[in-house]
Amino acid sequence: MMRLVLVLSTLTAALFGAALVVGPADIGVADSLRALLWGEGGPMTLVMREIRLPRALLALMIGAALGMAGAAMQGYLRNPLADPGLIGISGSAALGAVLALQTGLAAAAAFALPLAALAGALVGVFLVLVLAGPRGSSLTLILAGIAISALAAAFTSLVLNLSPNPFAANEIVFWMMGSLADRSMVHVGIALPLIVAGAVLLATLARGLDALTLGEDAAEAMGVNLRRLRLTLIFGTAAVVGASTAVAGAIGFVGLVVPHLLRPFVGAQPGRLLWASAFGGASMLLAADIAVRVILPARDLKLGVVTALVGAPLFLHLIYRTRRDGL
Amino acid sequence: MSLLSLTGFGVKRGPCDILRNIDLEVSTGELVGIIGPNGAGKTTLMRGALGLIAHSGHSSLAALPARARAHAAAWMPQAREIAWPVSVERLVMLGRTPHLPPAARPSASDRAAVDRALHRMQLDSFHTRTATQLSGGEQARALIARALAQETPLLMADEPIAGLDPAHQIGTMQTFASLASEGHSVIVSLHDLGLAARHCTRLVVIDKGGIAADGAPLDVLTPPLLRDIFGITAFVQNTSQGLVFQPMGIV
Repeated sequence: MMRLVLVLSTLTAALFGAALVVGPADIGVADSLRALLWGEGGPMTLVMREIRLPRALLALMIGAALGMAGAAMQGYLRNPLADPGLIGISGSAALGAVLALQTGLAAAAAFALPLAALAGALVGVFLVLVLAGPRGSSLTLILAGIAISALAAAFTSLVLNLSPNPFAANEIVFWMMGSLADRSMVHVGIALPLIVAGAVLLATLARGLDALTLGEDAAEAMGVNLRRLRLTLIFGTAAVVGASTAVAGAIGFVGLVVPHLLRPFVGAQPGRLLWASAFGGASMLLAADIAVRVILPARDLKLGVVTALVGAPLFLHLIYRTRRDGL
Repeated sequence: MSLLSLTGFGVKRGPCDILRNIDLEVSTGELVGIIGPNGAGKTTLMRGALGLIAHSGHSSLAALPARARAHAAAWMPQAREIAWPVSVERLVMLGRTPHLPPAARPSASDRAAVDRALHRMQLDSFHTRTATQLSGGEQARALIARALAQETPLLMADEPIAGLDPAHQIGTMQTFASLASEGHSVIVSLHDLGLAARHCTRLVVIDKGGIAADGAPLDVLTPPLLRDIFGITAFVQNTSQGLVFQPMGIV
């Protein structure tokens, strides 16, 4: 177990370092790190502190958040196909952002878009709580989530459909693909408190999720407060997914693939999978964001496209392996 | 000492009473068999008594705070759910959940409790096996071991021996009997009246939402009761090798 901690944290640290030194501005490794840590003004320091550092920090935070939320959702629903987007928060956050782009709010102020997305996420949480109720089974939560996702997707399509402005429509489509390009410390400041709060909430679920391996009845009889667990899950997931979507757009597959990939290494325990998936998600997103910059630096390849391109085949392979093992 | 006491206890689902006016007292050292036809309310009685479903009247267990209840009674549900491919040892260790202080790792005493539980269910060589890859009967035994590892005064199990081979059915009932003789109590629902008659110290018959009979096996399993409630005839005799019960035919 200690070895896994070591491997994952080393991998994450190495990729974080790589994310800081890889980029279109041609700066050497030593120079860039010196500029980051001790730079006094100058263009190099600006590139490092205002462009690469926020970008690497966001990849780290958002990747960890999505991985952890995915592990928590799979653990709660006892289903390896669950995904943090399942409860409709990413859909409603995206709708909020789309409305901000369409109305021109996003162009008026830099932080209008993430705030509108957060407002969308908040509406989504409210709807989930009303629809699924404070008490109830995991099934009602899934159904409520699917209904909200479908509704948010329908409204997003409606906005695109009726958009009189092709440029706004274009911008919306690109935004929805998910990206970390051109993000600033303002974005980090918006997302960080919510992601930290959400991650703390999700981390408290470890023991309850372990107990849920035996089903809801047995877990409740062992003293697990299922009602509180469910609320914590909803609020934790909403905070991390809402904040992630608000600053980076919709980034799929991280929350789905990473817990699935790491499950065998933690003895399939949902509690341990939480932190392992946090490291794994951070590594995956950092790697994907490096790939975006290395593969087609001139074409603004979108992060969400890369995670889907990598994630979907990986997922197919996992399904194939699962089927072969007869599990 | 009373481990479970139900007074004026009832459970409603929608407009209909599933259980009503149940009075039941279970003390230490008892192995209580809950028997009754399908749909009589055996599972509902146990889940309601634990406070897992809404109920009316008083249940001493449901009145406890969740953590205290988890120290007072262990529950093995009928659905044998093992969601993830964890090792048998980890699965049984889940039974120690109520005993672990927040954010603490299992201690040596927790591991000893797990070993005892695995030993009681003859799963000594199964520690590292993957629980989801075991056979249905082995999974059932692992889940019984999980409930045993909770080491509570009262153990409640819903049809724990269904699907076990004859040796392990008898072995499990003997395990429950030895727990009872050590001062614990076990409440177990089952359909095998032969095993219930041989091993239980007391039988509670549930029918049409109420307790139809409650007492020693020989006093409960009378021909009129078997005819009216189960619709069967049976051969019942107290032999030199204990009580023998064999269902013979349908009335």
